[in-house]
Order: sequence, then C-alpha cells, then structure tokens
Amino acid sequence: MTEFLGALTDPNIPFLRYAFYAGLLASFAFGIVGTYIVTRRISYIAGAISHSVLGGIGAGLYLQAVHGLGWSHPMYGAVAAAIVSAIIIGLVSLHARQREDTVIGALWAIGMATGLMFLAKTPGYVDPMSYLFGNILLLSKADLWLVGALDVLAIGLGVYFYNNFQAVCFDGEFARLRGVNVDVFFLLLLVLTALTVVLLVRVVGIVMVIALLTIPAAVAGYFARKLWQTMLLATLFCMAFIIAGIGVSYAYDLPTGPTIILIAGAMYLLLAAASRLWTR
Amino acid sequence: MSTEMPVVQFRDVSFFYGASPVLTNVTFAVEPLALTYIVGPNGGGKTTLLKLILALLQPDRGEVRVFGQPPNRVRHRIGYTPQHPGFDPQFPVTVLDVVLMGRLGGQSGGPYSQSDRAAALGAMEQLEVDGLGGRLFSSLSSGERQRVLIARALATEPDLLLLDEPTSNVDVHTENRLLDIIGQLNKRYTILLVSHDLSFVSDRIKSVLCVNRQVRFHPTSDVTDDAVRQIYQREMRLIRHDLSVEHQEQADD
Repeated sequence: MTEFLGALTDPNIPFLRYAFYAGLLASFAFGIVGTYIVTRRISYIAGAISHSVLGGIGAGLYLQAVHGLGWSHPMYGAVAAAIVSAIIIGLVSLHARQREDTVIGALWAIGMATGLMFLAKTPGYVDPMSYLFGNILLLSKADLWLVGALDVLAIGLGVYFYNNFQAVCFDGEFARLRGVNVDVFFLLLLVLTALTVVLLVRVVGIVMVIALLTIPAAVAGYFARKLWQTMLLATLFCMAFIIAGIGVSYAYDLPTGPTIILIAGAMYLLLAAASRLWTR
Repeated sequence: MSTEMPVVQFRDVSFFYGASPVLTNVTFAVEPLALTYIVGPNGGGKTTLLKLILALLQPDRGEVRVFGQPPNRVRHRIGYTPQHPGFDPQFPVTVLDVVLMGRLGGQSGGPYSQSDRAAALGAMEQLEVDGLGGRLFSSLSSGERQRVLIARALATEPDLLLLDEPTSNVDVHTENRLLDIIGQLNKRYTILLVSHDLSFVSDRIKSVLCVNRQVRFHPTSDVTDDAVRQIYQREMRLIRHDLSVEHQEQADD
C-alpha cells in the first residue's frame, strides 16, 4: 500500500498518477450517466456506442499520420465518432419499429470495423489493443484536461436535467404527455453516454468501459432509495473499483483495465448472490 | 369555457391498427363534471379511445375535440393514469418523486419549486397516500400504486382525468375505497374511467360508454341492464359470473 502511494507521487511514472486522477474525475460522470443507463435499461445501446468509438479513434490517428493534422488528436476523433454514433443509434432506436436490436448490433460492428480499417492503413505501427483494452502508459496530461472538460459537461447536463431524465427513464409516455420532449432527452442521454465512454477509453479500453458504466450503478441499486442516491453511491463505487484496480495491477504487475473490471464484476456478482440469499 | 361545451367530443371517429378496425364511426360527447365509465371486452378499443383523447394516437377518420380543440393542444390539461405504466420495477424512486413528475412541463431543467411540492403533497392528501411520501414506489401494493399514479395525474392540476383500469388487481375493499375517492374527485373534475368490470359501478354510475369496436353512449337514466345487454350480450354474461368465466377467458387466450 505504501509502495503504491509512493509510486503515485513518483515523478518517473507520471502515467500512474494520470490514470489515478482520470479515474477519480471520470467516476462522477460514470456514476451519474451510468445510473440513467441502468434504470432506462439501455446498456446494450451504451455498448454499441462505446464500441463504435473505435471508428473515430482510427480516423483521428489516420488523419494525424497521413495528412499531418497535428490537431487531430485521436481522442477528438473519438469524441466526434461517439457523438455521431450516439445520434445515429438513438434515431434508429426511436424510429425502427422492428429489429431495433439487429440494427444496433450492425452499427456496433460497423463502427469497430471502420476503426480497424483506419488503423491498418495508418502508416507506422498502431496497436489496436491499447484502445480496445486500455493502456495507461499512453496517458498524458493533455488527456487529463480532456477528461476534466468532458466530465464537467456530462455532470452539468446530467444534474441540471435530473428531473426530466428521471421522468423520461421512469415513464416516458407520461413525461411526453407533460410536454417533455422525450426523444430529445433520449438522444441527449445517449450523447452523454458517448462522452462518458470516451473519458476512460485510455484506462479500461472501449471493450470494457461499458462495465464501468453499468456495474457501479447496478451495485448502488442494492442500497439506494432514490435516483440521486444511486448516482452518488455509483460514483463512490466507481472510484473504489478504479483505485483498487490500479493498486492491485501495480502491485502484481497486471494489466490495469481487466483488473479494474474483474474487481467490479466480482463485487457485483457477490452482491447479487448475497441479495438472493438474503431475500430467500 | 362555457358550461355548454362538451369536454370530450368524438365525431364519426374511426381508428385502424393496420387493416383491422379498432373503432368504427364513434360519436359521443362528455359533458363537464361527468363521471363516465368506459366498459367493454378486452381488445374492444377502450385504451385506444383514451389514447385518441390524449393525441398519443391520431384518428384515421373523423374528429376528436377536447375542450373544443384538437387534443394535442390541450394535452397539458389532461391528467392520465395508465393501466400498465412501463416502468422498471426496480427503479429507485420514492412515492413523492413519482407524484412530483406530474409537475414537469416543457424542457426546463433545475429543481422543483415550493409550489410544485405543495401541489404534489395536496394531490397525495386527496388520494390518502400522504403518509407514503418517503416509501420506495416499488415496495407499494398495487392498490397503493394506483392511488399514487392518480395523485401524479392530479398534481398536473388537470381539467379532465383519464383513469385506465384503476381498480385492476386490487382487492374488493381497496376497490371500494378507491371508488369513494374517485366519487369525491368527481365533484371537481370531469372523469373518464376505464373498467373491465361493470358489477361494482351501479350506484356511482353517471354514464357509460360501451366500447366494442363501436361505441354506445348511455346517459345516467338510461343505464339499465337491458340496455347494456343489448349492446354486448356476451360481456354481460362474463361479468355476472366473473370468477368462473374470467378463468374460462384466460384459458381461451
């Protein structure tokens, strides 16, 4: 433990510190947006959005390398792709009367395929693994600023429209009758999901980031009585999973992303089993 | 608003799901402060009728008017309690928060105001659920849930209440209590109430809409067993022997 604390302040391994800060910052957005996703039951849509982010990352890297666009940080591409795919998937979900799941599954795969295609055609070697499964070695101070900015946006919108989101997630038909533009809030929720996903792509990767959106909120759901309590608890759980994951991965030389997810998953399954036994 | 103008008016309304007619040539009017029961067999078009009034569905033919206007313009003046609200049974939300949803309007964000809270608490008092404010909505009995959902509809400060089967899945005692409350509310609100069951309505009934693809309207004095039986004989028999036949009906489904 003291060794880990020492490593956090070690100027020679700044990425560990960056990962730690990025995790703590992002936890707020994950707690808030994740709670909406879990209660609205759109985890699979969030999964599709997070995977199609690879398309944007690939495009960003390609433009940077081939056209020398210095500003085209791969994370900007990720943000753009995330928002575009969120809106496409949202519109499909709102208007496709049949086979919504099939269309969303297709978009999921198309996004990833686009990303892999760009990566393959980007000169020099780009390791897709670090985006798919996270690699904290790639974290820089610039990422931290991006995480902070997106975090503020996601939290601000998520909190300001709390009552609207709550009503839309609880009973969309009633909210519509009250004059709430349910479709707009649904799309906004998906855009927030997209932004949130991008926050931790570097740390846990796009394949596993969905687990950090859903598991903390699901765990919090066992204890909370109100939506905001779920959000608060989910934020704290998310922080705990990330801190524990980074600590354990450092101590035992394990990949960070999978360690975080396995700790979160184990906690969730234990609680699910315990609550089963408890209510029996 | 003149007292002469009907609150709800259907003129020759037809509605189809695809090619199959759900309602054909429906014409009726509901007067202010009426308590109107909508009865009819399952699949007869009762909920469709409510959704036409709420502009959640558009008629294929004919005209629906609410307060003399197209329904989508006056939707905010209607308080609605759905039969099967599509919420997640594990949704973490308290009773007070559910009732407060009736105070939402438009796209504005931010917290609820003091007057929103006062309106919600007032509605909860009328439905006798003011003691349940802090309870988890999912922990309530179905009778309590129905009352909370009616309170949510009241919190919107409506001029018309639409209640879709508020007494389904509740025991006889709760049902009677609920009908007393609805009778009280009727002193101030025009109420349209969908019911699957005619057997209990007798003494509180003011008028009945029998919906089975077509709609027959019966003002207070006309509602006799004969009149209803004439229109849909089978359903009357179903009601009279409800327990045994309901089982039969489920077996048929």
